[in-house]
Amino acid sequence: MMKPSLRGFIVKETRHILRDRQTLLILLLLPLAQVLLFGYALRTDIEQVRLAVVDPVPDAASHELRSRFAGSGVYEIVRNVPTTEALTDLFEQGAIDQAVVFGPDFGSALGREKPAELLIITDATDPNSGSTMQAYARGVVEAFEREVSAQGPRPLRIVPELRMRFNPTLESVNLFIPGLIALVLTLVSALMSAISLSREKERGTMEVLLVSPLRPWQIIVGKVLPYLGLGLINVVTVLLAARIVFDVPIRGSVALLLAECLLFIVTSLALGILIAAITSSQRTAMIGSLLALMLPTTLLSGMIFPISSLPGWLQPVTHTVPAKWFILIARGIMLRGVGLDYLWLETTILLALTAAILVFAIRAFDYRLG
Amino acid sequence: MRTLRFLLRKEFLQIFRDRTMLRLMIAAPVIQLLVLSNAASFEVREASTYVVDLDNSTASRGLVQRMVASGRFEVADASPSMELADQALLSRDVSIVLRIPPDFERHLTRAGEAPVQVVLDAEDGAGAAVLQSYVRRIIADHARELTTTLRPDRRTAALTDPATPPTASTIDVRTRGWYNDELRYYDYMVPGILVLLVTIVATSIAAMNVVREKEIGTLEQLNVTPVTRAQLIASKLLPFWIIALVDLGIGLLVARLVFDIPMRGSLLLVFFAAVLYLFAALGIGLWISTIAETQQQAMFISFAINMVYLLMSGLFTPIQSMPVWAQAIAELSPVKHFIVIMRAVLVRGADLAAIQAPLIALAAYGAIVLMMAARQYSKTTR
Amino acid sequence: MSGPAIEVRELTRRFGSFTAVDAISFEVGAGEVFGFLGANGAGKTTAIRMLIGLLAPTSGAARVAGFDVTSEAERVRQRIGYMSQRFSLYEDLTVRENIWLYAGIYGLSDDQIQERTDRLLEQLQMHGYRDVLVRTLPLGWRQKLAFSVAMVHEPEVVFLDEPTGGVDPITRRQFWEMIYEAAAGGTTILVTTHYMDEAEYCDRVSIMVDGRIAAGGTPEELKHGFGATSIDEVFVQLARPTRAGDREAATDPSDR
Repeated sequence: MMKPSLRGFIVKETRHILRDRQTLLILLLLPLAQVLLFGYALRTDIEQVRLAVVDPVPDAASHELRSRFAGSGVYEIVRNVPTTEALTDLFEQGAIDQAVVFGPDFGSALGREKPAELLIITDATDPNSGSTMQAYARGVVEAFEREVSAQGPRPLRIVPELRMRFNPTLESVNLFIPGLIALVLTLVSALMSAISLSREKERGTMEVLLVSPLRPWQIIVGKVLPYLGLGLINVVTVLLAARIVFDVPIRGSVALLLAECLLFIVTSLALGILIAAITSSQRTAMIGSLLALMLPTTLLSGMIFPISSLPGWLQPVTHTVPAKWFILIARGIMLRGVGLDYLWLETTILLALTAAILVFAIRAFDYRLG
Repeated sequence: MRTLRFLLRKEFLQIFRDRTMLRLMIAAPVIQLLVLSNAASFEVREASTYVVDLDNSTASRGLVQRMVASGRFEVADASPSMELADQALLSRDVSIVLRIPPDFERHLTRAGEAPVQVVLDAEDGAGAAVLQSYVRRIIADHARELTTTLRPDRRTAALTDPATPPTASTIDVRTRGWYNDELRYYDYMVPGILVLLVTIVATSIAAMNVVREKEIGTLEQLNVTPVTRAQLIASKLLPFWIIALVDLGIGLLVARLVFDIPMRGSLLLVFFAAVLYLFAALGIGLWISTIAETQQQAMFISFAINMVYLLMSGLFTPIQSMPVWAQAIAELSPVKHFIVIMRAVLVRGADLAAIQAPLIALAAYGAIVLMMAARQYSKTTR
Repeated sequence: MSGPAIEVRELTRRFGSFTAVDAISFEVGAGEVFGFLGANGAGKTTAIRMLIGLLAPTSGAARVAGFDVTSEAERVRQRIGYMSQRFSLYEDLTVRENIWLYAGIYGLSDDQIQERTDRLLEQLQMHGYRDVLVRTLPLGWRQKLAFSVAMVHEPEVVFLDEPTGGVDPITRRQFWEMIYEAAAGGTTILVTTHYMDEAEYCDRVSIMVDGRIAAGGTPEELKHGFGATSIDEVFVQLARPTRAGDREAATDPSDR
């Protein structure tokens, strides 16, 4: 089916890529490094909270509550200070995350009519950590309170039985991996093909190619196909690493996952072609790719930051980012274990976006060259 | 010194004549700041809830109402079918399912306690954890209220001392969040993003600038002249020092005007820290320029390095959450220290004394990195 | 300056297992126009880069303007000028700014800079173009400007690496007139080129083949020695695998 000239061209292009060892090395190893990095370093669960205690009039009860904090496994009491004023410096330095301030007559008030006073101060610079730490602290206090009031009048209790679906361990890495695949493919397939094509254009060798028996679309395909292969290798690398090192599940069909990855690779290649077509120099192509590809892919696709966290006006914009749809699909297959029955809409949209980009890209190229 | 004056003038002439680069260096940071600050948020918004209320009592309805009243949850749908609820969860129509079992109110009044089931979409583990803390809070508050409003059963009443009215709780816990009353994500992110801006100018753009001269051949021409290594390096780094600081200034302006970021500490301190930080950042840019042959390589390498630094810097995810060995590596990152300083000074109003430690770290790293990079740069190829 | 302007002894440069420059030796006297001929890849550029301090020799020694290129590199740099293959002018600076920059780097005072600039612009007849970006100048003009800029600080020795590439014959002629003028003023010029006819313009010439100096001498000596009517013919004979006899005839009389 493939004419000998096209095949020869593809072989030549592949060899060309293999020769640039430095870039090739980066393209193959970077995804691996990213998996390890994302998996180990990008966590949001709070393992340890540094606590300061202000207890001007210590007694048996405050001592008991204090040891509950210390023994919780999460809290580490790093400081005991006499007054609340001293806390300011500690917070400013970032030496503590939370502080517990006991009222003056904590122990004696406990069990009597008037409530014992307790103040919990949390560093809320990071709002989410702040909320979580507050919840932790409340949990410790409430458990203590239950035990204490077991001897007295008992409050009613509603017991929440919580179940975390799709990600029982709440591992952040499970969330990041599908997005990482999108990022890697954008980098390798889109960026590299954009640079490769625009370099050819800049050098003027494009004209030379056009005089050859190859048609324009064949030239584009030939230049871009090797990156499809590279992209696939990267996908497999990332998935294997995620599986082996971090136990990231693939609950759905692996075949479907790979097929969708292939689709997204084509999408990325199409984007690369489009960028090469509309930019005038290699440098502009590089910078343009970075801005128009990488930024939306990392920020607006839900890869790291949830789309629900975006301001309302920005959310519709994300519909135009192909990576967003791919990530929904990949997460659906990997974490939720669903198939096309649930993902048909996203897949169709991704197909449509890809087709649209390809049409634009080829039109733009023809126009510039013609 | 005189030679440096000539070189600097040449650099600035070139920079100001390169329209695209100029636009990039001034406009891009602003755009980046605007887009990034809006996009980079882990804020947990209103969660769509599916309610399966099998009790339909005052107590159960009260719980649902309380959830909605908190502003954190909105009821998307309700039915007695857990299957439908599960499907809604699977298809992302809702992110949380609340199931109140039958006889909920009766259990409460008879046995003093009753369970409810909550199923959360934990794909986003962090968000789920936060939602979880909200749910627990709301449920606990509701239980507290019910203790006073529901008539206690005779059995529980017998356990209490009739002379003492049952108190709702014995510990009055008040909580306060410092530095971020409204729990805005901007306040957490924007200071860090400002660091990102400065870093990109210093490492990527400076590196690409030097490599471009290498590519064209003018660098070689300079190497043949009596210009010393120190003069050459200084002439390449100083312009970007200034540009980075200007960008920081613009960034701070935007942060204040558009995002209302608090600036509780001294801005002078911020710029002082920036000057120190730039030693390290520019040093890295210089080092990149010595190992990259083409601008493309320079871009890739600086992208890779920046990404590693950023992810490990506590910009997006807290350093505390990293495994211990990763935290140790983060200590070696000047980016991390600068972000700590930015947050401390801008959001917490820290003074010089409070940020001594990270400042010293910055100065040390800056000196080391710059020395190493300068050593690497040689006029003669061995 | 006493002694030769350029002295090269057994200069060698290896890149891994490949020897680009193989123990070459020659001398150039003050005020000479010395040609370094050879095909592309023969080692000319590598040799010249060692002489100007951009590349460290693997072995051997060289002295330029009386100073050792390895141990006294900075002193050498003050006394030489260089024009590379790519002309190395700043395209986004004007004609005047380029002159000003290099004059300043070489330590000329503000008055000297003003005076030299005026003189240069006059000689090149570019006075009306002094505030024009170099990018917009035609190739021949850029080339002449690059040469003048290399000379702005009145160096003792000037190195020109393939300075006439891609330029029409008339401009080439003009360029060589500039070289003669400079030489007449006492400047030593070392030119590398792969245009064999340019050899006729030089006082003496060395022909490099595969990293070695295969032949050297005045153009007349070479033509006579090889029984050729042009240096081109000499080169063709040298480049072909030669019989032992021919090799011996091509001695290296560049040693004085």
